[in-house]
Amino acid sequence: MMKKLTDSLWNFLQTKVKPHFTKGGKFENLYYLYEAIETFLFLPPKVTHDKPGTHVRDGMNLKRLMIHVVFALIPPMLFGIWNIGHQHYLAIGEYTGLTEGFIDKFLVGLKVFLPILIVIMAVGGTIEVLFAIIRKHPVTEGFLVTGPLIALIMPPTIPLWMVAVATAFAVTFGKEIFGGTGMNVVNTALLARAFLFFAYPAHMSGDQVWIYLGDAADKLVDGFSGATPLAVAAEGGYQALKSFSYQSYGFWDMFFGWIPGSIGETSTLAILLGAGLLLHTGVADWRIMAGMLLGGIFAAILFNLFPANEYMALPWYYHLVMGGFAFGLVYMATDPVTSASTFTGKWIYGFLIGVVALIIRVLNPAYPEGVMLAILLGNVSAPLIDHLVIKSYINRRSRQVAALTADVQTPEQKPVKETSHA
Amino acid sequence: MAYPVIKLKRGYDLLIEGEAEEKIIPLPENPTTVAIKPTDFLGIRPIPKLFKKEGQIKAGEPLFYDKDYGEELTWTAPASGEIVEIRRGPKRRIEEIVILLDKEQDYYEYKVSLDSTESVRSALLSSGLWALMVRRPYGLVPRPDEKPDAIFMSMFDTHPLAPRLEFLIKGYEEDFLAGWEALKKLADGLPIFLGYSADRPHEDIFLSLDGDNVRKYFFSGPHPSGNVGVHIHHLFPTYKGARKVWTIKPQYLVWWGRLFRKGIVDLTTKIALTAHEVKNPAFYETFAGVNVKALLKGQLKSDHVRVISGNVLTGTKIDPEKGHVSIKDNMVTVIPEGDFPEFHGWIITHYPKPSISRTFLSGVLYHLGIPVKYKVNTKLHGELRPFVVTGEYEQVTPMDLYPQHLLKAIIVKDLDLMEQLGIHEVIEEDLALCEFVCTSKTPVQKILREGIELFRHEVG
Repeated sequence: MMKKLTDSLWNFLQTKVKPHFTKGGKFENLYYLYEAIETFLFLPPKVTHDKPGTHVRDGMNLKRLMIHVVFALIPPMLFGIWNIGHQHYLAIGEYTGLTEGFIDKFLVGLKVFLPILIVIMAVGGTIEVLFAIIRKHPVTEGFLVTGPLIALIMPPTIPLWMVAVATAFAVTFGKEIFGGTGMNVVNTALLARAFLFFAYPAHMSGDQVWIYLGDAADKLVDGFSGATPLAVAAEGGYQALKSFSYQSYGFWDMFFGWIPGSIGETSTLAILLGAGLLLHTGVADWRIMAGMLLGGIFAAILFNLFPANEYMALPWYYHLVMGGFAFGLVYMATDPVTSASTFTGKWIYGFLIGVVALIIRVLNPAYPEGVMLAILLGNVSAPLIDHLVIKSYINRRSRQVAALTADVQTPEQKPVKETSHA
Repeated sequence: MAYPVIKLKRGYDLLIEGEAEEKIIPLPENPTTVAIKPTDFLGIRPIPKLFKKEGQIKAGEPLFYDKDYGEELTWTAPASGEIVEIRRGPKRRIEEIVILLDKEQDYYEYKVSLDSTESVRSALLSSGLWALMVRRPYGLVPRPDEKPDAIFMSMFDTHPLAPRLEFLIKGYEEDFLAGWEALKKLADGLPIFLGYSADRPHEDIFLSLDGDNVRKYFFSGPHPSGNVGVHIHHLFPTYKGARKVWTIKPQYLVWWGRLFRKGIVDLTTKIALTAHEVKNPAFYETFAGVNVKALLKGQLKSDHVRVISGNVLTGTKIDPEKGHVSIKDNMVTVIPEGDFPEFHGWIITHYPKPSISRTFLSGVLYHLGIPVKYKVNTKLHGELRPFVVTGEYEQVTPMDLYPQHLLKAIIVKDLDLMEQLGIHEVIEEDLALCEFVCTSKTPVQKILREGIELFRHEVG
């Protein structure tokens, strides 16, 4: 039944729709738009044909890879939607318990999140398709992931037009002018955020942007504060976090994520769920995650050992659950296109990001958060890291081979033991 | 005392249903033609010089030579009969020289002796059996005037569905041993490296090969642990072209042996018909280079299939009606074509697909070490994309190499970088698995060959 239906859909596409988009058809210019839709509906009947070449291919492809990242984004996305509502109701003193008003909170979150996501997908998708049509290349899958990623690293109060501008900027100048998916130098989603961060700092930082208030701005509870744990800790370190009166900013609060922040970044637990999927499927490289984790821990412990101020004395493990560290570690740093490509390079790249993120976060008074900038710095350093790794590989091999030449002349060979091949 | 065992972890065993049973079955139809394909021998020009363009020819009678290699090295007719067709490809390139088989084989006679290196060398050069060797780097036919630094022979084949090499020489043991003597003479004191499998048992005929300059090593691990290129990489690297190595497959020594025992070129061999589209996967004993129709009649489960001379990773597609098995291949693989659409096939798995990706159950099972045999097809399972995933090629390449960086160096035609990243160490078969696993569906083997040819012509 299902088979019949899909077969007739395929036949309909091939006989009734496709001719309009191929050469000589009415919409021949829009061929790649048609192709994008067709390949989304059906895995195409393409077969191996290269000579020389393999006749059988692995079932994996880029669409499948990308959709698994999207799956991994679902936990932080769902949690982020709920948390927008939770922070909203907390601010006006309703449903202050965690389990209260679940549906209302979720609906408020949806009201905020969906428009952001839709604007991003519409703007980014349109630009992708436009470039595909003009440059005559297939629409690639990259934006499937980039879109939700941009949405999840925005503050909930971001104006939609800014989202649109940032997305357009990032997709055009971060990716398409380099040639599209696979060719970009820096992470497209982070570029969108960095663009807003420097162009409209008032909407991307401070105490006012992390909690969606909507039309309830005049009904705030006494003692309301929109400061994120990062901002509080930057002011007064561990003591300030403990004595923060508006809501509890303990380690576990930040681990579970009912704190203000960018939409998807707050819950370390939800991010860990996504990380579990990415690591289980092997879609993201564990070396980068491990490297960045070690780098972050290393820098934080170093600060703990030589605490010049309150912030530096903040217990090291707090840094792992605050701000965007976990989100950046799992979803941003691991982007295979913009990260280092050698195994050794991935460790160095991850470690570097972890250290730099903490340095910017703790030592730079201007920016309370350093993960975004650290990853962008990592992105632009990645080719250099790879270059050095490859250079050392080349040196090592040249030496090795020179040494081996001497060995050729050793003639003796020992008799075979019966069991050695059993 | 045990021989050294080299343990390789990286790689992938693609298990396919329809392994050939180790028995000889009669041919469903008498073979009518055999063909020799100049394209099987890399390094020679697309249009070799023919000694004869038509008429009768005896098995082993000189058929063509290459202008660059010189007349000393000839290719000979694989069987006796009448030259009936010279099939040409683009730019008049000769793709197949087809010989209509005689009922009774008539052999061209050679006066050969195993006495000296020089006599073995000239016998092989004139009889057409020289070109069965492959020279690394670049994977070419060895030049008559060059001397290698070592000779390598892999005693096992880990390609999907590949036959056990001991079975291929079964019944031809004396020929094989005579061929082995010839190889030792040819080596003239140079080291001969034999690579054995540490995972599967070998028979005495292989294990007992011996000599002063023979060195034996054992390899364990998944495919490509049986590839001679992997052995060379670990034992005698040709990095930056520091050395020349000749390689040969054990089954070809049978033909060498016949030449030295009987003075004739008799390319009778065993050919396995394999994979799940074949009704009765087993071995045939017939001419190398036989017309494939003689093997397939009544054996196919469906019409819409791809017939491959060789294995699914490195073989060549041949026409089931008019095609011929390559002389160098001892197997034919038949798998269904995959030219059907799959509804949301990139996310829904309609049938089990082999994969190293743990997004598939098959990948999870593989990483758990549970062997599962698959029915495969020729589907690309996606579309060509730029490189996105990194570290994927390394997972299936048990060599100290950066395959993806090498490919990128080839694509941008950076000759220095190609050399430094080891273009001298690999030929198509060594990176075939990279092509299999590639998420972006990159034509790895094609790019590599283009790179090797470019490098060879620019650098020499």
